[in-house]
Amino acid sequence: MLAVRDLAVRFGGVTALESVSFDVRPRSITSVIGPNGAGKTTAFNAITGYLRPTGGRITYDGVALTGLRPSAIARRGIVRTFQKTSVFPGLSVEDNVLTGLHLRGTAGVLAVLAGRRRLVAEERALSAEAATIIDFVGLDHRRREAASALPYGEQRLVELAVALAASPRVLLLDEPGAGMTGSEKTVVSGLIRRVREQGVTVLLVEHDMRMVMGISDTVIVLNGGRVIAEGAPAAIQAHPDVIRAYLGASADSS
Amino acid sequence: MTRTGGWLLVAGALALPLWLPSPYHLHVAIMAGIFGVLAMSLNLLLGYTGQLSLGHAAFFGIGAYTSALLTLKLDWSFWPALAAAVAVAGAAGFVIGRLALKLRGAYFVLVTISFAGVISLVSVNWIELTNGPLGLPGVPAPELGPWSLRTKTAYYYLVLAAVGLSYLVCRRLVRSRIGRALVALRENEPLAESVGVDVTHYLVLAAVVSAAMAGLGGSLYAHYTRFVSPEVFLFTYTVTMVIMVVAGGKGTLAGPLVGAVLFTALPEALRAAASWQWQMLAYGVLLVLLVFFLPRGIVPRLGVALRRPEPVTPTARR
Repeated sequence: MLAVRDLAVRFGGVTALESVSFDVRPRSITSVIGPNGAGKTTAFNAITGYLRPTGGRITYDGVALTGLRPSAIARRGIVRTFQKTSVFPGLSVEDNVLTGLHLRGTAGVLAVLAGRRRLVAEERALSAEAATIIDFVGLDHRRREAASALPYGEQRLVELAVALAASPRVLLLDEPGAGMTGSEKTVVSGLIRRVREQGVTVLLVEHDMRMVMGISDTVIVLNGGRVIAEGAPAAIQAHPDVIRAYLGASADSS
Repeated sequence: MTRTGGWLLVAGALALPLWLPSPYHLHVAIMAGIFGVLAMSLNLLLGYTGQLSLGHAAFFGIGAYTSALLTLKLDWSFWPALAAAVAVAGAAGFVIGRLALKLRGAYFVLVTISFAGVISLVSVNWIELTNGPLGLPGVPAPELGPWSLRTKTAYYYLVLAAVGLSYLVCRRLVRSRIGRALVALRENEPLAESVGVDVTHYLVLAAVVSAAMAGLGGSLYAHYTRFVSPEVFLFTYTVTMVIMVVAGGKGTLAGPLVGAVLFTALPEALRAAASWQWQMLAYGVLLVLLVFFLPRGIVPRLGVALRRPEPVTPTARR
């Protein structure tokens, strides 16, 4: 289980996260929502090591993640995507995914320089694995094309494929549906469900309420750097604090 | 490049001394080979990892001095001195790699330039060790068992072997998960980290291998010219390496070699064709034209022309 306790992040005088605590249950799909500037991406950055929190603790299965570098956190099975589309632009889709498989390879410098025979077998296995993942996100027809040449929606799928290649146990998706058409969002929602079925815990930040309410088991609402509500989608939709956060102050207080 | 084409090139390189009309041409070929090693070394950092080292002459010079000092002062023979040159330059690469870890882009460039500047000053001022600006004459020619590699033909084959070895090292690295990790750092460092690429490890690794290879070039240079002076640290050497890599095609395996041959032969050809002032002018104009019309370099352009693009990306077997 991924547990966040009293997480605080301050940038100089600005408090991005005040004291945030939540748990992400294994094999659940948990969404973090909230107005712009609520601290959603900041929380992601702190969990995945891109940002050193000012205070608080983040643990996965009881082991502390706080203070580890992003690559070390990835090695523990916590893998993220980014809010702004983030692929290896000059590489083909296939090479993007092969790069994502980095941790699956074992070849060290000496083995590579000596040209060990078993490396050929390893490379072959990785290529097969990459093909499976590319097939899973439905980009088989784009395998050889440079990621930067793909339309936006497909680049986001490449991003998902790269993250999946890193064999996550917890997958953090930062606005996977942003900028996508309705039908593309349906595809992504379907993929997220299938990823969960394979035993992966999914934590996502998303603005599209239809998508969030459609796929989440639990929704966590952030506002002004703190958790204001947490619960099942239906309960969240009816929560008075959430409605106030999204629609502004109610009529009687103005 | 097709496999047959590659082997034809190797055969051509092996037979080259038979065709060349004079020792002077062989000298040009040897220098092209030494610069080939240097350009391949720089390409690992600049082309694949995406970090520009503008102090690369430092590793070259460290290799040259290490080899010269060990053979001259401690009477080491060539081969262990060569190995030591590679090791010492690699160690310097490790230090620079660690120092530069937090730095990217322009800051990395500054650190490497300063490093070369400092090392150069040491070579000029530590007179007891380096003989200062007068340099170290009389660096011995290498020997291989009972044979001396004093002749240009023999030295040509020694350099050719070094080029082959360096090429093989680059190729194996680039086409492995290590090469993919290096390219990932060039393409998108935060994304690379998110899938578990250890930035520290791979930046330092690239710096060490690159510096060690430059040290190999330095040792070969020292035992060829038989003389080492602080001039080996000249910025010109670094600039020449950068031109070779960029013009040939950075991030390709063959690019640096093509660049090295072209930009070693070109000044020599111009020297035969024109007076001094015109040589440099023509060199400059050619360089500008090349960068203007082939911004990605010769090899990637050729790849497109032959409809067999040399993958800028390190994918094994297609």
